[in-house]
Formats: sequence, C-alpha cells, structure tokens
Amino acid sequence: MGDGEPESAVPVARARTGVGVHLAILAISLLWMAPTVGLLVSSFRPPALISRTGWWTAFQPPFVFTLENYQHVLTANNMAESFVNSLFVSIPATVIPIFIAALAAYAFAWMEFPGRAPLFTIVVGLLVVPLQMTLIPVLHLFTSFGLTGTFAAIWLAHTGYGLPFAIYLLRNFFGALPRAMFEAAATDGASPLDIFFRLVLPTSAPALASLATFQFLWVWNDLLVALVYLGGSPEVAPMTVTVSNLVNSLGQNWQLLTAAAFTSMVVPLALFFSLQQYFVRGILAGSVKG
Amino acid sequence: MDRLIQAMVVVIGVPLATVGYVVVSERLLSLLSDHVQLHIRPWVWLAPTLAFLAVFLVYPSINTVYLSFLDATSTSWLGLANYRALFLDPTVLNALRNNLIWLLVFTSATVAIGLLVAVLADRVPYEGVAKTAIFLPMAVSFVAAGVIWKLVYDYRPPPLPQTGSLNAFLTAVLPGFEPQAWFVNNAPFNNLALIAAAVWVWTGFCTVILSAGLKSVPAELIEAARVDGATEWQVFRMIIVPMLGSTIAVVTTTMIIFALKAFDIVYVTTNGNFDTEVLANRMYKEMFNVHDFGRASALAVLLLLAIVPVMILNVRRFRQQEEMR
Repeated sequence: MGDGEPESAVPVARARTGVGVHLAILAISLLWMAPTVGLLVSSFRPPALISRTGWWTAFQPPFVFTLENYQHVLTANNMAESFVNSLFVSIPATVIPIFIAALAAYAFAWMEFPGRAPLFTIVVGLLVVPLQMTLIPVLHLFTSFGLTGTFAAIWLAHTGYGLPFAIYLLRNFFGALPRAMFEAAATDGASPLDIFFRLVLPTSAPALASLATFQFLWVWNDLLVALVYLGGSPEVAPMTVTVSNLVNSLGQNWQLLTAAAFTSMVVPLALFFSLQQYFVRGILAGSVKG
Repeated sequence: MDRLIQAMVVVIGVPLATVGYVVVSERLLSLLSDHVQLHIRPWVWLAPTLAFLAVFLVYPSINTVYLSFLDATSTSWLGLANYRALFLDPTVLNALRNNLIWLLVFTSATVAIGLLVAVLADRVPYEGVAKTAIFLPMAVSFVAAGVIWKLVYDYRPPPLPQTGSLNAFLTAVLPGFEPQAWFVNNAPFNNLALIAAAVWVWTGFCTVILSAGLKSVPAELIEAARVDGATEWQVFRMIIVPMLGSTIAVVTTTMIIFALKAFDIVYVTTNGNFDTEVLANRMYKEMFNVHDFGRASALAVLLLLAIVPVMILNVRRFRQQEEMR
C-alpha cells in the first residue's frame, strides 16, 4: 500500500501460497468492506424500499436509486452547515499545533539545555493521559473566559491535546537528520532561524505531511472534545456531533442516517485514498520506534 | 461569513504569529552574548508548547484529582466519599466489568486478526489492496462507524423481513435462527456486538504496524527453517512471533489504552444502556446529565489509574530506545 517499505528481496523459498490463503484474504477483505458498502448503497435508496428490503437487494431489478436522501440531510438536517463547521474546526486545529510543535521538536532534537531528557519524558507520558482528566477544569477555564461554545475554544483544546504526539513524531524525525548537515550550515554562519526554516522544515516535509494528515483526521473524527467544549448548539456543531444527534432523532430512517453518515465520511475517505502513505508513515513513526 | 474570516485569520495568522514570535525573539537574543544565547534559546523555542501543555494537560489533570475529593459543585471537601460511592454504584460496577471485557476481547481480537492479516497478506501479490480494505475504517469517525454497525445489527420483529445484514445473513444460513436485537439482548454478550465494531475500526492499525515489522524479519531465517522442513505453523510460532515480539507489545499497549478509553462508539450506539456502560461514557453522564463534577472527576481518575501502568511501560521503552540511539 505504498507505505514506503522497500519490496522485500525475492525470497528463494517463498511459502507456497495455497488456495486457502487467497480465500482467507478474500473473505476477510470482503467482510471488512461489506459494512461500508451497505452504508453507501443504503444512502442512495428510497425510503419505501429501505424499510422493507435489505441493501443487498438493490443489486437486483428494479434498480431504484435516488439522491433525495442527500438533499434532505444537507438542507433539513443541518448537515451542510455542519460540514462547513467541521472544516472550521479541523483546519486551524491542524495548522496551529504543527507550527508550535515544530519549534519545540527542534529544541528537543538539536539544542542542549538542562532538563531536556526529563522534559521530553514528560511529553511521552502525556501522550496517553486520558482526555477525561482534563475536561472539567478546561471547561471551567473556557467558561470563565467566555470561550465555551466558540471555535476558538476547540482550536486551543485540540492544540493542547495534539501537541504531545506532534512533538514526539517531529522530534524523532528531526533527530534523525544528519548532524553533518547542521555543522556545515553553522560553519557557513547560518543562524538557528536559517537552519530551522531553510534546512529542517523543507527536509522534513514528509513528516509534516504525515502529521498534518494524522491530526486533521483526528480532529475531523473527534466527538468528545466537540461535545464538551462546543456545547449542543447546532450553529457550531461539527458533523460528528450532528450525526450522533441524528442517530437518536431519526431512529430507523436509515436512508437519511446513512446519507448523513456518508457525508461525514467523504473528506476522510478522500484524504485517506490520496494521502494514505503519509497516514501510514505517521502511524508507524508514532508507534513502532523513534 | 464572519466565521470564514475568523478561520482565515487563524489559518494564516497563527503561522505568521508563530514565525513572528521566533524571528523577534531571535532578534532580541542576538543582542546578548553567545553564551547567554545558548542558555536562553531553548526556552524561547519551547515556551509556546510548555504553555499549552501546562494549561491543557498538566494543570487540568492535577486539578481533576483535587476535584475528585470535592462534592458535586466543587465547594466542600468529601475526602474519599466519591470513590466509595462509585464502588457502590451498580452502573459503575457494570462499567468496570465491561471495560474489563473490552480490555480482554478488543485487545486480543485486534492484535490477533491484525497479525493474521499481516502474515497472510504478505504472501499474496495483491497485498496492498487487501491491507487497504482492512485499513480503510481507520479513516472513518466512530460516529460514522456507529451508524454503519447499527445498520449491520438492525433488527425487525418477525415476521417483518430482516434488513440488517447480520440478522438477514444468519436467518438465511441457519434454519430456525431467531433474529436478535444484538445491542439489547443477552447482556453481557451485547458488549461483544459493540466491541466487534471497534475491532473493525482498529484492526487495520495493528495490521499496518505488524506488517511493517514483518518486512524486517530476515527472509534467510524463514527460508532456512523451511529448508529444514519446518511447517508454516512452526515458522509462524517459532520465528515470526518471537521476532515480532516488541512490535506486538507496542500494538498491544496501544489497543489496551484504547479499550480503556472507549467512548464514542458506546455513546452513539447504546449510550451505555442494556448493561453496556463503560467508564468514559459514565464520566460524560456524571458531568453533563447528573452535573456531579466530583464523581465525574473520580471516574476520570479511575481511568487514569488504569492507564498509568501502560504509561510507565511506554516511558521505559522510550528510555531504552534512547539509549540505543
């Protein structure tokens, strides 16, 4: 899947790939795809059919499909506005932490200072702190500054929550850059600013892209942070919040629920297919090793 | 329109402000002696991060521990009363049991299936396609995954035709099968229906990491074993699993953390009804439905305590990696 791994050299004694292996892989892949396909197909079916027949019958005549479900959820169920809200939430909440983390990661990777190791260890520890530990005090804080229910609150919160992973990932990448590069630049009289902006950031473009993909998907798909800090008001609700409300209010109106859910999946799926290698690299860099 | 301008200002303004911040502070630093610069510079570059971590992670966590000893409105000291009340509350006990089920079933299923797919996919020419199919749900929110799986589990009282994939499939294949309301009936087994949805989402994560680890197992080793007549199962048991040991450990700890923090999927599908409560969802309810910040905080602390061993493990592993650098 283009995860940047070199193809393994042609193995001499490759395992014989029996029919069983092919069947097993095929079965698992189909099993994994089926629920998503069911959702997608259902979202294009008219309500009269969806309540009486399963989605798989759509592939038999009469082939009846409709776009009305999408029209309905986008207009009547607030999904269009939520879509825009999701963008408003996600783009700044991706950009801000990356910039701030890059500065810190550079300091952790290439500057000497007392307390560097323990501080970075704290960052590693913070990686797994459950958000639940922070919700009530941060909510109090936002309320006292009048920020609850505003986009600014969620940008700030996602920045704080995203930083440990961002720093961890970038610091490991920066740290792996060749020392000779920095020494050569310093000999040429380059300032730390020159080195950071002209050398470190450009050579780290793949890592920054991985991080951006990762953080964007994380924020886009987040429900808890949005629920807590944005409150319930529909004017600011991103799609995760709106869809989860629809699950309660629409009950078994599957044609609408599926259309709403798929609307919320369009951007992540597009990103996934176009930037899959960066996404995979981000996952690998973040968890396998430094 | 207002919001558009606001968002544009933030998207362009924050990077500019960040750049401006370092440029200006570097300009100021350059007025000082080289020696002093070296001492101050790291803190200048770290300052925004330290501020955010302090305000959004460190201070709130400490404050939450304190709040967990106070009453619902955080006004008077209760000591351990919140914790005592939690352990007497049947819904919390139910949540504890369910988180344990999540921990065991979710973790072992994601790691086992992830490993299986990684090993099997390694042997077919269309490895990339197969892995993409498994990995795809990772891009989707748990809210969407909740809708997807509610549809899979959909139940209609007979004699209405079953429109949910699972009930329809089972009634077609097993004669005399009674359609089930999977989320509702047969507690505690309905937890497995929720866990299955989460497994569907996270298995791809395990596959991707284990698959990368698999590529680094030396081919000669496996080849030599095969030449010596080892069966595929022996190769798997004696070579692949031990060689992947540290990678499996990493994946397992990540899954454990997720199992403990599980929230979205439960919130969206059952909201903890029908004995499917989990700690994170219970905490949300204490916070917003019951408005008892003391108990909500105590629940968060319980969650943290469960995660602390994993945190220590992570830090220890990180230190070992650092020593090898």
